[in-house]
Amino acid sequence: MSVRSKVIEAIQQIAKEQHVTLPVLSDDLSLHETGFDSLAFAILVARLEDETGVDPFTISEDAAFPATVGDFVRAYENVPA
Amino acid sequence: MSPREIFALRDHLGAELTGRTLSDARHVVSLIDILSQTVLGGRLRELSGCAVLLKLSDQLRSGLAMIELDGIARRMLLCPPDLDPAHLDALIADAGIDAVVTDEPDRWAATGVSLVVTAQLPLQATAPAQTERATEWLMLTSGTSGVPKIVGHTLEALTGAIVAEGPAKGLAPVWATFYDIRRYGGLQIFLRAVLSGGSMVLSDPHEALADHVARLNARGVSHISGTPSHWRKLLMSGSAAQFAPGYVRLSGEIADQAVLGGLKAAFPNSSVGHAYASTEAGVGFAVNDGLEGFPANYLGNRNGVEMKVVDGSLRIRSTRTAHAYIGRNAAALTDGDGFVDSGDIVELRGDRYYFVGRRGGIINIGGLKVHPEEIEAAINRHPDVRMSRAKSRRSPITGGIVVADVILADGTDQARAKEIRDQILDQCRAQLASHKVPAVIRFVEALDVTPAGKLARTDA
Repeated sequence: MSVRSKVIEAIQQIAKEQHVTLPVLSDDLSLHETGFDSLAFAILVARLEDETGVDPFTISEDAAFPATVGDFVRAYENVPA
Repeated sequence: MSPREIFALRDHLGAELTGRTLSDARHVVSLIDILSQTVLGGRLRELSGCAVLLKLSDQLRSGLAMIELDGIARRMLLCPPDLDPAHLDALIADAGIDAVVTDEPDRWAATGVSLVVTAQLPLQATAPAQTERATEWLMLTSGTSGVPKIVGHTLEALTGAIVAEGPAKGLAPVWATFYDIRRYGGLQIFLRAVLSGGSMVLSDPHEALADHVARLNARGVSHISGTPSHWRKLLMSGSAAQFAPGYVRLSGEIADQAVLGGLKAAFPNSSVGHAYASTEAGVGFAVNDGLEGFPANYLGNRNGVEMKVVDGSLRIRSTRTAHAYIGRNAAALTDGDGFVDSGDIVELRGDRYYFVGRRGGIINIGGLKVHPEEIEAAINRHPDVRMSRAKSRRSPITGGIVVADVILADGTDQARAKEIRDQILDQCRAQLASHKVPAVIRFVEALDVTPAGKLARTDA
């Protein structure tokens, strides 16, 4: 499974659990518009760390948290294996 | 005027009873003629009035030495088996120890302790001793870090709950416990066995659970106690099926509805009760209605035990509490009114109080305080869950999130793991505030339990 589909699947799973109705997950959708609160993002990052072995937001001290779904996915895609 | 009569353990061991024994995996000692025998090589006289460190590698000789020393020594400090040797010097100084009872006399040859007495089996014949004084019993708290605190008790305080309950009805009970008798929970059972005219079967840390249960059966154990973690391990082991005790007791950790129900299902003909006790607060109460928590009307003064809730924690005043912390820099054990703050946080729901966790065990989730025990209780309500542990995990988003390690019940189909995970999460969401719902659930084969029988919480 590609990194992108892992991320999208995790977002959808958490949305289901949190009873969040997601809009279409286009790359330029701002993360704010997903309807996720900070707890939902914390869950997402923790689960993706377990699945992929990386947490791109802790690796670098100055990593800015992404603004859009596309940025978020790329944060995982750009981590060197 | 004669002084008030002092009872020591020896005064509870009359010759009128038959068939009483104290046993471990290797030895069976008759308690009938114990008063004319010695485990101390006949050197009890030398220990009269001493402050004695009881440092033995097994429970059997420890128990026999307690029977012999009580009423003779000035004080005795019970060392649990997992005591870090690095703390011994501080404990010896704090307790004013001037004698040691050991099975490793060579180790003590070059220490500052002047009197070293070797405890040995088989027992030797000796003239029965007479009770001289009320010995002070010193026990250690089971905290995980630093030098444990020394807690001072009297036999009267330690046995207050046992005397209040009165003698056991029917046949003399055969007691057992998963605890070590050098800890408060285990000592309570040992003292019950001595005072109630019964027998006792000791645990052995090196024995497999199945062998232990076989031994409990062979010795006819009727009454048995342990922590909820001990009991969950037994339920998971598959060994419970061969065992049918009359009375099952839980203490030392929160007994949630899941473990109470699990035990009732495993032992349909047993009484299952949970007791509230701690080394400092003594025995508070027992709950025998099969439900978690305790009725709100237990607060106030009940059978000589006064309880109140202040700032969420249970406070206890009774003649069964310890009387002091012992040592050079010992803190006060009670407040100005004589109440011990248990540090156990309770919550009133309806007409019942429920234990939600330890004050010192709070984890921080995004700035909010969370008791891991409350989350575990919600997870444990799932019928396929046998045991769980909640803890915090660092999060770059919120600072911290809740994660949980879960052991599934024996025979759970691993293919259902995802379905069960979803059900647990649904259940948690229905019962807990959103920040308490685990972000990640991991299924594990085992969870660490401390030597004191409690779920290990290294991060708390």
